[in-house]
Amino acid sequence: METNEIPQYSIETKDLSIFYGTFKAVSDVNLLIEKQKITAIIGPSGCGKSTLLRAFNRMNDFVPSSYVTGKVLMGGQNMYGANIDPVEVRRKIGMVFQKPNPFPKSIYENIAWGARINGFKGNMDELVEQSLRGAALWEEVKDVLQKSAYELSGGQQQRLCIARTIAIQPDIILMDEPASALDPISTLRIEELMQELKKNYTIIIVTHNMQQAARVSDYTAMMMLEKDGSRSGTVIEFSETKKIFTNPKDKRTEDYVTGRFG
Amino acid sequence: MKQENTIMENQNFRPLDLKKKMRLGESVIQTLLFLAGFLSIFITVAIVYVLGKEAWLFFGNPDVTFAKFLGTTEWSPGIGKFGIWPLVTSTLTTSFIAMLVSLPFGLAAALYLSEYASPKARSALKPILEILAGIPTVVYGYFALLFMTPLLQFIFGEGVQVYNMLSAGIVMGIMILPLISSMSEDALSSVPRALREGSYAMGATKIETSLQVVLPAALSGIGAALIIGISRAVGETMIVAVAAGAGPNFTFNPFLAAETMTGHIARISGGDLSYNSIDYTSLFAIALMLFLVTLVLNLISQGIINRFRQRYE
Repeated sequence: METNEIPQYSIETKDLSIFYGTFKAVSDVNLLIEKQKITAIIGPSGCGKSTLLRAFNRMNDFVPSSYVTGKVLMGGQNMYGANIDPVEVRRKIGMVFQKPNPFPKSIYENIAWGARINGFKGNMDELVEQSLRGAALWEEVKDVLQKSAYELSGGQQQRLCIARTIAIQPDIILMDEPASALDPISTLRIEELMQELKKNYTIIIVTHNMQQAARVSDYTAMMMLEKDGSRSGTVIEFSETKKIFTNPKDKRTEDYVTGRFG
Repeated sequence: MKQENTIMENQNFRPLDLKKKMRLGESVIQTLLFLAGFLSIFITVAIVYVLGKEAWLFFGNPDVTFAKFLGTTEWSPGIGKFGIWPLVTSTLTTSFIAMLVSLPFGLAAALYLSEYASPKARSALKPILEILAGIPTVVYGYFALLFMTPLLQFIFGEGVQVYNMLSAGIVMGIMILPLISSMSEDALSSVPRALREGSYAMGATKIETSLQVVLPAALSGIGAALIIGISRAVGETMIVAVAAGAGPNFTFNPFLAAETMTGHIARISGGDLSYNSIDYTSLFAIALMLFLVTLVLNLISQGIINRFRQRYE
């Protein structure tokens, strides 16, 4: 496949393997992540879902001794290429984490800060309002923008983290089990929000909640440890979410999604 | 077979009994812990009592008034001069210089160690900083007098007196530096990794993350380090006694010799003093003043810690 044609996929991996030192955590992943769709990565604990997700914005760089082989293409460029600045990669690929991690700043500053360091020169008040509206948080916080972000509830904090991410206008948003630390109502709000967000963003979400994957995603990548006992995880099946849950090709996927395993 | 039987018997040995039991070990430990806590409070109270008692005699002297103590600028109790300010200004000047040295350098060292240094560099540098903390203060004192002062005289010329506050302050700053850096490093390293990751995920660079996310999150711990550093500077005796000068001098000019509160106490108490002389009781008044300054600073640091604690949990 020619890599410099206009890509219809926002991320494409080619034989991506991720290592921690000598340990191969994820092996030989080939994925095509479609634009403005939600792709879920599911699988049992410890199979490398988060590791794979974090390879998409080079967050594994902060783990000493980690490296990758293969390619992760974004807009035709390999983000692990020699002349790539990881900071630029992360400016295009935002991330929402498992536990809400707002900055120790005011609600307003949480959003303004990221925009400012990314060189935003426009009307900050407007951007903050837009981002908070985009994350369905504006109505709840519009009168307390100067309060510390830590005074918000867990679900609100997570939506604030989504708001600050969309404030830097990335192309892709990675979500690492974004609702696993939240109560059911907050979870529902985040899921609804994701449906709104996918109009403008490509979303990749890691979840170990299969119902959630079935509810929110368009595509699903099923990960599992390799059968050879090497403790490396890999994608064993990748297709439309409907197919994964109703007509999986792989026996292991079927066992997993029907709850017979994991 | 026999053994199994004994085990079975042992397991069933205690019949059901939910009554309260005496646990002697528990009460002994509780008493010991209480005594340990009580002792430290008792000693503090005892020190305040002794200071207060002798200082009371000082202020009870008909020649001494609060107006003179706080309103005049000459200290020489032997001839009826009771203005505390020359000692206070010298303490403030040397402490300020010390903080001017130790805070930026200590903070920079802490930032380097916690955010930038490779594990290898860190394991090499930390012991060196700890050695700096282990040097006896009298050595620092002579380092100030015999190395720093000539150096300052070389740089600033003859205006720098042999004994001067600048040299003592700088060296005091070097002495406090490891304290500031290790406390600040603790504060910085205890900032959750999730915050750093959140920052990097926003496309922040390392310096933006360190200075604008991690540093503010660690501010309470760094504030506490600052206050403890100040307390240490205010209370430091040997360096200033050796290098800052041996006579009260009401000045903020760091090139001049001026005796600090602690240096003065050390010098006078080393001499021949009769009990109940005004010189003798005056030392306790100075000490009480020192104690109050340190106490206030400690209370402030406690307040800062309480106010900001776990703000980023």
